[in-house]
Amino acid sequence: MGWAIAVHGGAGDIPLSLPPEKRLPREAALRRCLDVGIAALKAHNHPLDVVELVVRELENNPHFNAGKGSVLTTSGTVEMEACIMDGKTMKCGAVSGVSTVVNAISLARLVMDKTPHIYLAFDGAEAFAREQGLETVEMSHFITPENIERLKQAQEADRVQLDYTQPIQKEVPKDAALADGDSQIGTVGCVAVDSEGNLATATSTGGIVNKMVGRIGDTPIIGAGTYANHLCAVSATGRGEAIIRGTIARDVAAVMEFKGLSLKEAAAYAMDRVPRGNAGLIAVSSTGEVAMLFNTTGMFRACATEDGYSEFSIWDSPTE
Amino acid sequence: MGAWAIAVHGGAGVDPNLPKERQEEAKRLLTRCLDIGISALRSNLSAIDVVELVVRELETDPLFNSGRGSALTENGKVEMEASIMDGPKRRCGAVSGLTTVKNPVSLARLVMEKSPHSYLAFSGAEEFAKKQGVEMVDNEYFITEDNVGMLKLAKEANSILFDYRIPAVGTCGASAAMDSPLQMNGLPISVYAPETVGCVVVDKQGRCAAATSTGGLMNKMSGRIGDSPLIGSGTYASELCGVSCTGEGEAIIRSTLAREVSAVMEYKRLKLHEAVDYVIKNKLDEGKAGLIAVSKDGEVACGFNTTGMFRGCATEDGFMEVGVW
Repeated sequence: MGWAIAVHGGAGDIPLSLPPEKRLPREAALRRCLDVGIAALKAHNHPLDVVELVVRELENNPHFNAGKGSVLTTSGTVEMEACIMDGKTMKCGAVSGVSTVVNAISLARLVMDKTPHIYLAFDGAEAFAREQGLETVEMSHFITPENIERLKQAQEADRVQLDYTQPIQKEVPKDAALADGDSQIGTVGCVAVDSEGNLATATSTGGIVNKMVGRIGDTPIIGAGTYANHLCAVSATGRGEAIIRGTIARDVAAVMEFKGLSLKEAAAYAMDRVPRGNAGLIAVSSTGEVAMLFNTTGMFRACATEDGYSEFSIWDSPTE
Repeated sequence: MGAWAIAVHGGAGVDPNLPKERQEEAKRLLTRCLDIGISALRSNLSAIDVVELVVRELETDPLFNSGRGSALTENGKVEMEASIMDGPKRRCGAVSGLTTVKNPVSLARLVMEKSPHSYLAFSGAEEFAKKQGVEMVDNEYFITEDNVGMLKLAKEANSILFDYRIPAVGTCGASAAMDSPLQMNGLPISVYAPETVGCVVVDKQGRCAAATSTGGLMNKMSGRIGDSPLIGSGTYASELCGVSCTGEGEAIIRSTLAREVSAVMEYKRLKLHEAVDYVIKNKLDEGKAGLIAVSKDGEVACGFNTTGMFRGCATEDGFMEVGVW
């Protein structure tokens, strides 16, 4: 037993031919965020504080689909969502439809800590943010040229785009995935456990490109994209609609509890329930294990444990 | 060919002093809804059609807290949410923050079937509703005198009221809330989700479906989302079962209550009744909630750890029961 931490920057059909100028900044950012998390754990910060801190870093980085750098709705606006959960107390907080709050994950934390509710959205969430004195900015702060371009492409193709994905011919629009060699950003998340077995998870996202205004994905839905209890903490990424239907994050914990599976077995079991090309997850257990799985081409991810193990990968084999 | 079964609910957490005629009124509505569902099942409508039909009826009737008769936000308006799920492929649809859509559950169904997404909320959901041509009305349509009175009481008590159906005479509602102060998320607020409605059905083909609809908590912050539209929390359906929950929204979310029933059936191999009992007993901790459930084998079950739950259930072999306690 000891501390452990994992971070992700989204799962999808990240092409192996991803050019260095797209890959390197993201790699560097993930490494830096992991280091921030490790330092915080070593300084005995509570995992809840650690995951919030790490996700804030990822939100502030424009290369990921969260906070600055969020993908755009069909109207060219930004609607961010985030969720945080404490494994021991099972307290949680979630927000959706946030357009001016610099760090949605911190707003989710305030919902958890300062209201009798779990989930606030849209105007109500924005009003609450102001009441709480959170940093807010013009929506343009979050919008990057890359995302304006992505939206244009998606609208030209008139399809809903999952970042990273190659074109797959499917009848049902909901399952349709788009190719975009340039589309390499995704939901961000962090899970952490300290040496006392305290667990926490945090996930944040801008959603999917060209989404309908008002569309909510899996990230803020407890049990779908985000979940933690006394056994493990999970953060998922991918096609929201599939993750919701599969209650992925909850299932990892459920099979650990009800079938006695280990973390890695449980993560594999839960991922099996999701059609190929749809999702990935990171998870840590109360005993300091880590699992990072995906059934897409790749997932930006990194992890470290107290006993010195660390990994940074995008595709199946570690990049070092 | 299997046997059908249906259950409906009008909320968990009932005031022990609820006047007899209110109880009777509730039972009449539940009976009427069961009859509608049974009739539809006998006409071979699929489970997903039946749950929508029945919840529409519950939304239209002002008695319970959904559609017309919804609890009010702190601003005195109505913000409704609903979700629906179809067991066979676990398709789902959900909506939140509706203010002018007459039947939220039907919009949730349209999200499931006519949009590329699973969950739409607030102005985006209303836009979608307009484009789909669903029936829309002014927010005033949903607001009843009873609820206006209850909101006032709630503000006086400065708490979230649990049962807004206590007659708004004097301060009996407010003092009832204050006499039994309950904790939620560690804060001293009385919290029961008043009379959320729901329906679960398994049809003759063994297909399960579930739907839940609500106005949410009286005096809630605008923008607050509860368990009802959250797949896995307030609503869930799989190949094995269909579940709809009601009660303290936050407790239901934390315990992913609806999914839990299906999970213990799947992973612990419990039968429906055992699963429902297990979940209510072990997964709610301090939380107060109730649920109704059906299994693909034609069974129906309900469980609650609250004082009462408005409910009714019926099975193809002629069993029918409506209850409050």
